[in-house]
Amino acid sequence: MNIKTLLMGAIATTALAPAAFAERGSDGQVNIIYWQAPSILNPFLSGGTKDVESASLVVEPLARYNSSGELVAWLVDEVPTTANGGASEDLTSITWKLKKGIKWSDGSDFTSADVKFTYEYCTHPEGGCAQVTKFEGVTSVDTPDDHTVVVNFGAPTPFPYGPFVGGESPILQKAQFSECMGAKAPECTEANFNPIGTGPFAVEEFKPNDVITFVANDQYRDASKPAFSRVLFKGGGDATAAGRAVLETGEFDYAWNLQLAPDVIAQMESAGKGKAVAGFGPLVERLMLNNTNPSPDLGPDDRSVVRPHPFLSDPAVYKAMSMAIDRELLVEIGYGKAGKVTCSWVPAPEAYAISPEGCNVQDIAGANAMLDAAGITDTDGDGVREKDGVPLKILYQTSTNAVRQDFQALIKQWWSEIGIETELRNINASVFFGGDPGSPDTFQKFYADVEMYANTFNGTDPQSYFGNGLCDKAPSPATQWQGENISRFCDEEFDALHAELSGTADMAKRVEIGQKLNTLVFEKGGMIPLVHRGRLSAHANTLGGIDLNVWDSELWNIADWHRAE
Amino acid sequence: MTDAAKQEPLQHSNAQQEADRPTRSQWRDVWDQFKSHRGALAGGMLFLLICVGVIFGPLVYWNDAQYLPTGRDFIKLRDMRPVYHGLWDPSAKMNWAYPLGTDNLGRDTLARLMFGGRVSLAVGIAAMVLALLLGSLVGVLSGYFKKLDGLLMRLTDLFLALPLLPMILVAAVLFRESLSKSIGPEGGVFVLIVCLIGITSWMPTARIVRGDVLAIKEREFVLAARSIGTKPGKIISRHILPNVLSPIMVSATLGIATAIITESALSFLGFGFPPDFPTWGRLLNDAVDRMTLFPERVLWPGILISLTVLSVNYLGDGLRDALDPRIRGR
Amino acid sequence: MLTFTIRRLILAVPTLLFISLVIFLLLELAPGDPMAQVPLTVPPEVKEKMRLALGLGEPVHIRFWKWLVQFFWIEPQVLLDHYFGTTFSEGDLRVISWQTRSPVMDIVVQRLPQTLWVVGTAYVVAILIALPIGIYSAYRQYSWFDQMGTFVSMVGFSVPPFFSGVLVIVIFSVQLGWFPSIYDTTLVVDSWDSFVKQLQQMIMPVMVLALQITAQLSRFMRASMLDNLNQDYVRTARAKGLSEYIVVMVHVLRNSMIPVVTVIALGIPSIFGGAIITEQVFKVNGIGQLLIGAIQANDLPMVQTLTFIFAVLIVLFNLIADVLYGILDPRIRYD
Repeated sequence: MNIKTLLMGAIATTALAPAAFAERGSDGQVNIIYWQAPSILNPFLSGGTKDVESASLVVEPLARYNSSGELVAWLVDEVPTTANGGASEDLTSITWKLKKGIKWSDGSDFTSADVKFTYEYCTHPEGGCAQVTKFEGVTSVDTPDDHTVVVNFGAPTPFPYGPFVGGESPILQKAQFSECMGAKAPECTEANFNPIGTGPFAVEEFKPNDVITFVANDQYRDASKPAFSRVLFKGGGDATAAGRAVLETGEFDYAWNLQLAPDVIAQMESAGKGKAVAGFGPLVERLMLNNTNPSPDLGPDDRSVVRPHPFLSDPAVYKAMSMAIDRELLVEIGYGKAGKVTCSWVPAPEAYAISPEGCNVQDIAGANAMLDAAGITDTDGDGVREKDGVPLKILYQTSTNAVRQDFQALIKQWWSEIGIETELRNINASVFFGGDPGSPDTFQKFYADVEMYANTFNGTDPQSYFGNGLCDKAPSPATQWQGENISRFCDEEFDALHAELSGTADMAKRVEIGQKLNTLVFEKGGMIPLVHRGRLSAHANTLGGIDLNVWDSELWNIADWHRAE
Repeated sequence: MTDAAKQEPLQHSNAQQEADRPTRSQWRDVWDQFKSHRGALAGGMLFLLICVGVIFGPLVYWNDAQYLPTGRDFIKLRDMRPVYHGLWDPSAKMNWAYPLGTDNLGRDTLARLMFGGRVSLAVGIAAMVLALLLGSLVGVLSGYFKKLDGLLMRLTDLFLALPLLPMILVAAVLFRESLSKSIGPEGGVFVLIVCLIGITSWMPTARIVRGDVLAIKEREFVLAARSIGTKPGKIISRHILPNVLSPIMVSATLGIATAIITESALSFLGFGFPPDFPTWGRLLNDAVDRMTLFPERVLWPGILISLTVLSVNYLGDGLRDALDPRIRGR
Repeated sequence: MLTFTIRRLILAVPTLLFISLVIFLLLELAPGDPMAQVPLTVPPEVKEKMRLALGLGEPVHIRFWKWLVQFFWIEPQVLLDHYFGTTFSEGDLRVISWQTRSPVMDIVVQRLPQTLWVVGTAYVVAILIALPIGIYSAYRQYSWFDQMGTFVSMVGFSVPPFFSGVLVIVIFSVQLGWFPSIYDTTLVVDSWDSFVKQLQQMIMPVMVLALQITAQLSRFMRASMLDNLNQDYVRTARAKGLSEYIVVMVHVLRNSMIPVVTVIALGIPSIFGGAIITEQVFKVNGIGQLLIGAIQANDLPMVQTLTFIFAVLIVLFNLIADVLYGILDPRIRYD
């Protein structure tokens, strides 16, 4: 009897303890600040990171990437592969098996009809869906039963994890959005602001471009989560203020994407209220080299269209320019622990990265010698070298941003030491990155010799990103200056290799081709990669469970967040 | 309310001047009055000092504003503290060759302040003068000539309503290329910024001047001038303008400060000078993030902007008193 | 005066229509793209489709006409519906923001309270401080009070809010921890505690803004008072044996108000316009932040509607200023 009660008691305590420890909503409110304010909670209508990430508290995909870039099942039992029979042998269809018992926050059941509806919603020709590329190649979505979804592709797809995977492609509730198809999508304000989801939180109030309040979702599949009962999601201001609110005053618990100089971050951290965490995706700050002639003397149809560039096409010039750069210093000045030296266009996943010799050291003397050897010398004594009579004067543009302007000043100085004169220009980001064909200042038009910005890709497969180096993707007036090949890089070998990559399913082979592509772009003057940039976010010391994820929404595991001692 | 017994002061003093002291010019009187105003004199001197400092300073100072140390020098020379910092923290990194220290890229702060001062003062003064001329012209014309009033004031409303930022974008697209072709990239940006600040800040001056002109033109001395056949142009220049001088002067002082700060906002948004081209506003703006670590970097540009504005303000006070015939007469 | 007012009000209609057209064309001409904030990972063809979904494919004049109809015909109906429960506007398309895909006016209404609270309070505080300072500084010209006033207001004016705002945050939020650095727009004032909270979060933005406005107003007040204090009528009034208080506060003050009234009247529309930088620094997220955000995102319907509302207010308050001129100085006649 005695032993029995004791045992019973022990069992009771072990059973009760975790439950008591992690009770839904027991940790009160968590405050999150994003210095860019979310303007809509429907990621299909915006595509902005701020909107996708705020929505990820509510709506969820079938599978998502974890913080190390691996696919994990989310609303399904397992990720379908050819090995487990989920993906067909001919690579033209995959079958998702939905988890049983998942409910929307309004209490209704989550079924395959919702998944199919999401496909129809985004691919509607008049809807203007921002994530339509996720569904590229999908011919149909079938729903044999309530818990099975079959996605059919028109052609063999070695990487079928575009649709319904990752924060950009979550599942919407059919009942809520069925009236919002196509041209009607923007009119559904109520649905776009208060989507019903399967995620750990539900929207309580949404004030566009200002603040969102969420409450814990009663119907969430794990009864012990989330630990917080409320989320206050504030937007607006600037990165400095966001960092200060978390690290110095402690008003907020989590601040997103603090693009601040490392000494500023270090000083804020020294207040002891929180810490900054970094994660690395494939984001690279790079100098794009114009492979065409941007001279203003050319007409609007020829400027930045006709090849070659008067001097940047010479390997000695662009190699010397790259050698003159002290990448380690750039990292230290601009990004600190959120940056790494790189010479790869695709530095992550790490297998694809290349590290050419001399990438991390500055060699001004070597650069000078290389230019001298190539016969590019200062013939008229003005301190600027000439190639075939054309002085090496460079217009170097970028978007307006404190770190980028520091980089510009440093690089201008280094280039001046190898006899290259640089004129700097900074352009407002909304113009620079805007695709207005009427503006001469967009990065696509590239009316400059060199321009600097950062780019990345979603997910872990770089194939389509490598496609940005193909000859026929160069922007020109004929394509309304649309096209991703900003540097107008054009190389037959590159194009051939890329075609080979598209037909290869073997992973080791893909990596090998990827490295070759990386090398080609670096060696043949497509761009000068500078810094492999990470995402730096800050959280309060009292916030536990943070697992910074750069492959998916940063808030992907908010259900596991909790108050720490 | 106002007593009718008021004489027309300017006419009176002119008459007296012609009769009593034919050798003394009006400007001599103005100078005499100005000299006796201590604040104005001090303000003027300070302003002159700042101007001389920023114009001739870079010629004698040994560091270049745009030079960046490279290699090992970079780490050694960046984030240098000003020399006076040694008074309370002798261990700080400093060097007499860099009296006010260096910034996070190792550029000399004093050299940048002087270089930036040239640009800021030039932009501030040029934009202020442009805004003042436009504002006074529109204000006087619409206050004095009833026919023009409606049209000019609606124009003012239009300009007040226009959003500044899109306007700058349009102007930059339309004019930047052609301007930089004819007078170089920096000159082009300078003209563009001055014109933009000028044509977007004349409206308050115009409204204020118009209000005063409306009141003054009903005064007896204007009536008297008109009744003896004085031409409108003459009435405006001799009788109206001197009497609306004080609001114009206040607008002028406030205008310089606004122009200097607007310029920094424009550069901040990426519409201003090239990024390696320092101005006071930009120096201040860039330093705000590191305010607690390096307070001197915000203090110096801040102090200089304030001093400039203060000195111009006292200068304006003195000028107004000196130009006001009623005060001068006493 | 009444006929003048009525005539001006009627005249305001074509003026405003013209202004709205100019604003529209200006926004149309300006480079920029509502898709600029969409990440580079979204391909250009998709962005083009999204642009078409926003209605950007239609010609300029049609879009202007649509905006006119939506703003002047449909929005008033929505207002009527809201107050009287009617259903005039059912099914009509309102002015829709490109960023949020929701009616612009709803967001404006949502943002107005915090802007009016903060900027409006700052304005009232500034007027209450500036007028006495200006009057006394002029009355005791070159006294130490005047010198101090000049100094403080000039420094206050020449220090931009992006600096003074951060400075007060560093002092009062980070070092002392007295006030929150981030304005909470979800706070509902329904008890003494929440009222205190509201006061705490308002103090810093209000003070920073008030400093700027005070500096400007007190300078104009002082200059104008100085002009009038030297007039002959003041001597007459004093000679008549009026008390000093009456002379200064009634006779001189009333005559000095014209430039000050202009400055105040011109400033009131800007209350509704919010204070862009101050709102950004303190995260008040009012109308100013809405406008700058919309401009940066090239949300043309939002920018167009906001600037047009400002235009209406500007025209209105300029008219009020003109009427006040006539009241302050009966010699000013418009007819």
